[in-house]
Amino acid sequence: MRYLVILKAAQPDGPPPAELMEAIAKLGMDATNAGVMLDMGGLAPTANSARIAVTAGAVNVVDGPFAEAKELISYVVYDVRSKEEAVEWAGRFMRLHRDLWQGWEGEAEVSRVFGPEDFAPQG
Amino acid sequence: MTATDPHRVVEAVWRIEAAQLIAKLTRIVRDVGLAEEIAQDTLVIALEQWPKQGVPRDPGPWLMATAKHRAIDLVRRRIRYGEKLAEIGRALEIVPVDEQEAVDDALDDHVGDDLLRLIFISCHPVLSTEARTALTLRVVGGLSTEEIARAFLVAEPTVGQRIVRAKRTLAAKRVPFELPPPDQLAQRLTSVLEVLYLIFNEGYSATAGQDWMRPDLCREALRLGRVLAGLMPDQAEVHGLVALMEIQSSRTWARTDGAGAAILLGDQDRTRWDRLLIRRGLAALARAQEIGGVLGPFVLQAEIAACHARARSTQETDWSRIAALYLVLSHVWPSPVAELNRAVAVGMAQGAAEGLAIADRVQASGALDQYPLLPAVRADLLAKLGRTTESRQEYVRAAALTRNAKEREIFQAKAESCAPTESAAGLAVDVGP
Repeated sequence: MRYLVILKAAQPDGPPPAELMEAIAKLGMDATNAGVMLDMGGLAPTANSARIAVTAGAVNVVDGPFAEAKELISYVVYDVRSKEEAVEWAGRFMRLHRDLWQGWEGEAEVSRVFGPEDFAPQG
Repeated sequence: MTATDPHRVVEAVWRIEAAQLIAKLTRIVRDVGLAEEIAQDTLVIALEQWPKQGVPRDPGPWLMATAKHRAIDLVRRRIRYGEKLAEIGRALEIVPVDEQEAVDDALDDHVGDDLLRLIFISCHPVLSTEARTALTLRVVGGLSTEEIARAFLVAEPTVGQRIVRAKRTLAAKRVPFELPPPDQLAQRLTSVLEVLYLIFNEGYSATAGQDWMRPDLCREALRLGRVLAGLMPDQAEVHGLVALMEIQSSRTWARTDGAGAAILLGDQDRTRWDRLLIRRGLAALARAQEIGGVLGPFVLQAEIAACHARARSTQETDWSRIAALYLVLSHVWPSPVAELNRAVAVGMAQGAAEGLAIADRVQASGALDQYPLLPAVRADLLAKLGRTTESRQEYVRAAALTRNAKEREIFQAKAESCAPTESAAGLAVDVGP
């Protein structure tokens, strides 16, 4: 089953600690070597983003930055056998931030990506 | 706001860690069966403790440390038992001499290496192919006996017996927990790759039953292949196999219609192919090509799969290159199925008559008398040549030979309509040699 994890965070000022970056790289290697990480990438600050909304019949484009306290930081795509497995991998990632970056706060959203198995005919 | 069910959390951590645990434990106790028992005991401890005391801060290392202590305790007890026996003057035969060394080994960290060894042990030539497959899925994949039984449509006790017997055989033959010596590595690696591809293929083109494919088996084989590629990054064939499996997996969405009926390669809607898996597959193939050396069968098959993945339609496919690749493949790994696939490619590149000539030679050899795709390929080529009556007969034969219900429906439908279109490409190439 494929899961998309999107990380949102309010980063403390300054660059992330080197230990954290090292630990993240190692965790990424672990997940790759376990055959579960399909894809990952960092996301630029929302100053570079755009939102397109349809409201009351109008299509409106708004450029970033947006006002939220949290920014979208990165995404990962996991291929695992259960939701709990995806949560465990994402949880390891979050624990590293807790342990290695003082004052960091954020959240990761773990969403199932539909696969062929979800559309298998019944019976 | 609820945390997830602790039992399911334990299970998830277990799934992630099981193979590494068993690998490490096997290095300590030198017995796959015993290692698995200790690992299971550790799981039981976690299932008892975590729901009460909470999931530990670092669940993976917790499991590893707990399991390691139990294993070292066990080895120490065996050593003491051996010493006691010696004191009262009995033989020391039951205690391997290097156990103290094993305890020492447990203190350093070689999990990656250990996992690689475990994969090689699970695919050891002293075991039958069925035993290798079941044991690999059990101890390396961490699948339950029930899951393996369901995937292979075999009774659960049968799978259980295969696994128990496999472990006994390994113990009885005293298969050492080490990588094969360099001169045997290539041969043993071939056996490992074959087991993984066999698991994948059983998932991709289920030989029997109601399902056209069993995605769980494909996913597990692909995952194990990716693990192996991480452990042996310098082996072109490992990347070749991974590339092949990634690219073939990319077609999963397109292989069935809304009603669950199978769609052959030539008829698939290519916009439904999974771009992420194709990208990963092409990247793995590029790795294999960088490493270079003599092209092995998996790299060659991955090249063929890549030709399909890069083409926007059946017509735009580079059939000449595919035909040439099959010709090379037939030298590296002679197989009547590969030759049949070459017949399809030549039929597309040069014309149905040229393709049929090759398919006829395969038929004359008698090697594929029970293989449903042989009459199916001939039927398609015959139809293109306007030989409709013979074509229908061949589709009927194909339908009679297959044990897969979905595949039978396709052949029956083709026999009835018997005005096949451009779909010759689909018949053999999507199945692999």
